[in-house]
Amino acid sequence: MPQVSMTVNGKPASGEVEGRTLLVEFLRENLGLTGTHVGCDTSQCGACVVHVDGQDVKACTMFAAEAEGAEVTTIEGLAEADGTLHPLQQAFQDHHGLQCGFCTPGMVMTGVALLDRNPTPSEAEIRDYLEGNICRCTGYHNIVKAIMAASGQDVSKIAAE
Amino acid sequence: MPKDSGIGASSKRREDVRFLTGTGNYTDDINLNGQAYVHFLRSDVAHGRLTSVDTSAAEAMPGVLRVFTGADFAQVGGLPCGWQVTDRHGQPMQEPAHPVLAQDKVRHVGDPIAAVVAETREQARDAAEAIVPEIEDLPAVVDMKAALEEGAPKVHDDLDSNLCYDWGFVEENRDAVAEAIETAAHVTRLELVNNRLVANAMEPRVAVGDYSRATGESTLYTTSQNPHVIRLLMGAFVLGIPEHKLRVVSPDVGGGFGSKIFHYAEEAFCTFAAKALNRPVKWTATRAEAFLSDAQGRDHVTTIELALDADNNFTAIRTETHANMGAYLSTFAPSVPTWLHGTLMAGNYRTPLIYVNVKAVFTNTVPVDAYRGAGRPEATYQLERVIDKAARELGVDPIALRRQNFVTEFPYETPVAVAYDTGDYNATMDKLEEIADFDGFAARRAESEAKGLLRGRGVNCYIEACGIAPSNLVGQLGARAGLYESATVRVNATGGITVMTGSHSHGQGHETSFAQVVADMIGIDADMVEIEHGDTANTPMGMGTYGSRSIAVGGSAMVRAAEKVIAKAKKIAAHLMEASEDDIELKDGQFSVAGTDKSVAWGDVTLAAYVPHNYPLDEIEPGLEETAFYDPANFTYPAGAYACEVEVDPETGKVTIDRFAATDDFGNVINPMIVSGQVHGGLAQGIGQALLENTVYDESGQLLSASYMDYAMPRADDMPFFAVDHSCQTPCTHNPLGVKGCGEAGAIGSPPTVVNAVVDALQRGGHDVTHIDMPLTPARVWQAMQG
Repeated sequence: MPQVSMTVNGKPASGEVEGRTLLVEFLRENLGLTGTHVGCDTSQCGACVVHVDGQDVKACTMFAAEAEGAEVTTIEGLAEADGTLHPLQQAFQDHHGLQCGFCTPGMVMTGVALLDRNPTPSEAEIRDYLEGNICRCTGYHNIVKAIMAASGQDVSKIAAE
Repeated sequence: MPKDSGIGASSKRREDVRFLTGTGNYTDDINLNGQAYVHFLRSDVAHGRLTSVDTSAAEAMPGVLRVFTGADFAQVGGLPCGWQVTDRHGQPMQEPAHPVLAQDKVRHVGDPIAAVVAETREQARDAAEAIVPEIEDLPAVVDMKAALEEGAPKVHDDLDSNLCYDWGFVEENRDAVAEAIETAAHVTRLELVNNRLVANAMEPRVAVGDYSRATGESTLYTTSQNPHVIRLLMGAFVLGIPEHKLRVVSPDVGGGFGSKIFHYAEEAFCTFAAKALNRPVKWTATRAEAFLSDAQGRDHVTTIELALDADNNFTAIRTETHANMGAYLSTFAPSVPTWLHGTLMAGNYRTPLIYVNVKAVFTNTVPVDAYRGAGRPEATYQLERVIDKAARELGVDPIALRRQNFVTEFPYETPVAVAYDTGDYNATMDKLEEIADFDGFAARRAESEAKGLLRGRGVNCYIEACGIAPSNLVGQLGARAGLYESATVRVNATGGITVMTGSHSHGQGHETSFAQVVADMIGIDADMVEIEHGDTANTPMGMGTYGSRSIAVGGSAMVRAAEKVIAKAKKIAAHLMEASEDDIELKDGQFSVAGTDKSVAWGDVTLAAYVPHNYPLDEIEPGLEETAFYDPANFTYPAGAYACEVEVDPETGKVTIDRFAATDDFGNVINPMIVSGQVHGGLAQGIGQALLENTVYDESGQLLSASYMDYAMPRADDMPFFAVDHSCQTPCTHNPLGVKGCGEAGAIGSPPTVVNAVVDALQRGGHDVTHIDMPLTPARVWQAMQG
C-alpha cells in the first residue's frame, strides 16, 4: 500500500493507505483525529470540512494520497495550545451555535475559512457560504449569529437568546 | 443563588467545549481492540420471495470472518413492537414478525438479507458484493389505499390483509359526530397529505457489539436516545440476554429527533455476532443506509371535516386518516397515528364532539415511526389548516375565529380523553401579534408588491401532550412499557454532586440545564454538579428521551431524589448543630437554625455523612445518595401561537420565508437560551417539511429520495432569523418544576403556519387556491397558481 505523509495540525503525520482511502478516513482511522465527522456519502453535509493548505475542503471529497505534502488543519488544531478557544469556537459557545455537536467541527472550519476571506460578512453572505454545511439541530439561527459576532458585528438586535 | 447558574439562567453549555474542539465521544469514535466490521447486504427490490442466499464466494474473500444470513437468526427472536393498538371492533392490531435478517421474503428496499463480518470495513463491503441472493420478484404495494384493495399483494403472507388496524376514537361518539356534521350550519372539508419525512440526524446510526467470555457479559455501544429501552427490548425479546449480563452505552449522540428511539436490527446483529465470533463487531451506517433503514416519519393521508354553528362556534370534528406503517411495525409505530394523534385533535379549542378514524396500513416501504412531534404535528396540521379554510369560507378573520373558540378555563376535559391542566391561549396570541409586528404587515406587503412579489401571513396555534407519560394510563392504551423516569443524586464527601439520570441528551444540553436545577435547590454553584447519562452500567433504569419528556419527567425524578438528599442532609445538620430537624433551613448552600445565628455549610454536612464521627448513627445511615423514580400524573400541555410571512414569486412559484415568530408557553423555563435553541431547530424542521422535504417512492417501491442530492434538507439560506418568545408561562400544575417541555413545539406548530401563509399570499394575489400539499415546492405552487 502507498505511503502518505503530510503535516496535520502542525505535526508530521504519515501512514499506509489504499488508493481509495479518503482523507477523512485517514484522519479518523489512521491518526485517531475523530473530531472530523462523516455525515453523508455524497459530499453534501460538510461535517468533514478541514483546511488543506489554507483552503476549506470536504475531507470526504479528497483521497488521502492527494494530500501528500499538504498542511492540514482539523478542528483539533484550531484552539491555542493552552486550550484557549479560537474566537469563532468561543462565539459558538457564547451564542449557542451548536446542539448535538455533530456538524459543529465542519461548521466551525467553514466559518473560519469564510472569516479569513471576508472579515465582516453580511447575514446573507454567511448563509450563502454555509450552503455546503447541513445542521439539523439549530435552524442555523445561532450559527449565523455566532459567525457575525465573531466578526465583531453587533448581534444584540437579533431576536431571542 | 448565583444568577448565572440557577433555574432561569441562560448558562452557557458545558457540553460545548468538547464538541467545539473535536473531543466528543460519538459511537463511531469508539474502536475496540480486535474489532471487526460488518457490512449488510440489503434488498434492492421492495418485495420479493427470498429463495436462497449463496454466500460461498463471499466467504472465500480476503479478510472475511463469517457471512450471516437469515438462517443464523431462525432461532432468535424478532424485533418487538412496544405498543399494541386495539381496533374499533375490540380486536388487537395485526402484528407481523420482524426478523433481524430476512427469512423468507424481502419487504422493502433496504431490508437486510445478509451480513459480512471481516477484518476491515472495505473487505466486508467488497465481500458483500459477492453474495448472490435469489429473489423472486413480487408486485410491491406502495400506495396505502391501493394496499387495502381486495386482492392487493400482501406484505405479510400470514396476515389477513395489509390493514394493521382500523381505529376509532372516541368510538361511542361516531354517530353523534356524524349527526352534528349533518345538521351543522357550516361544514368545512379538507383533504390533505402529511408528507413522509426522514429524521436525518446528522450522525448516522452506529453500533459496536462486544462480548467477554471471561464474564459472559455483552456490551453494545449504540446511537440511541434510550439505552435502557434497547437493553430491555434486545435482551428480553431478541437475544435472550438478562439485563445484568448486558450493558448498553449511548455516548455522545449526534441528534435523534425520534429516529434513534427504536430498537434496530443492526444493534441486535452486532451484539449477536460479537458473541458468535468472540470479537467486537462494528457497523457504521452510510447516509444511503440511513435513508433505507432509519424509521421514517409522518405519511398520513387525511380527510377532515369541521362543523360550525351559525355563530361560528366549533360543534364537531371528524377526521379520517390512512397512516403508513411501512413494511414492519417499528418499536412505537402503532401509537403515533392513534394515541399521540387522536388525543390532540381538540387542539386549543372547545369542540364538544370529535371522532377520529385511523387505518394503519402495511406497504413495501421503510417502516414509519415517531419523528419530532410524532402524531401531534399531524393533528395540528389538519386542524389548523381546516380552521384557516373555514375562516376564508365564512369571511371571518382567522385569528378572531380561533380566539372565539379557544379553551379559556382550566382544567379542561377534552372530548378526546385528555385534560389540559393550564394554559392561556389568548396571552400567547397577544404576544404573537406584538413580536410578529402585525401592524407593519401592510407596509411590508406594499414593498413586496412593488418588487412583483406576493406577500402573505399565516397564523397557527398548537397544543401538544408532552412529559410522556403516566404509566397506568398508557398501559391501558396498549403501551407495553412504563414511561416513568429515574435519577440518582450522589453527593460526594466534599460536597460535589454526581447525578445519574435515565434521560439521555443528544443535543438538548441536559448536562447544563439539569445541573442548574440541582444547584438551585441546594444553593451551590452549578459547577459543583455533574450529570451522567447514557450508560446502563451506572444509571438507574430509565426510559430515555423523546416526547419532550426530559425535564418534565427526568427533571422531576431528579428533583425528587434531590429532595430526599436534602431531607437527610437536614437531619445531619440538625445533629451537628444540636437543633430540631424542623428548624433547619437550607439557603445558599448553608444550613441554619431558624431564629438563631447557628449555621453549617453544605460541605460540612456532606463530609459528616461520609466521615460519621459525630453522626446520628442510631437514626440514619452514613452516606448521602438517593434515587427516585418519577411517574407523572398527567401529560404536560405546552401550547403557543406562530406567525409566518412569506413572499411568493408569481413567476416561479418560489416561496421565501421572510419572517417567522413563535410564542410558546412552556411553563417554567430552566435555561432560556437552550429553550430558544430547541424552538429554532424545531421551526427549521417544520419549515423544511412545509417547503422542501419529501420522501418519494416510485410505484415499484424504489426510494427515489435516498441521498442529500435528492432529499432537500433545509440549509442556512432557506431560513430567516426567528423571533421566539417564551415569556407567557402557565406552569404545569402536577410536576415539581412546573415545566412542560419544549423539544417538539417548533416542528409541530410551523408547517401549518407556512402553508396558511402561502395560501394567504396566493389569495391576496387573486388566485383561488385553498390548499397545496406539502412540500410547497416552486413547481407545486406555480401549478396551483395556474388553476
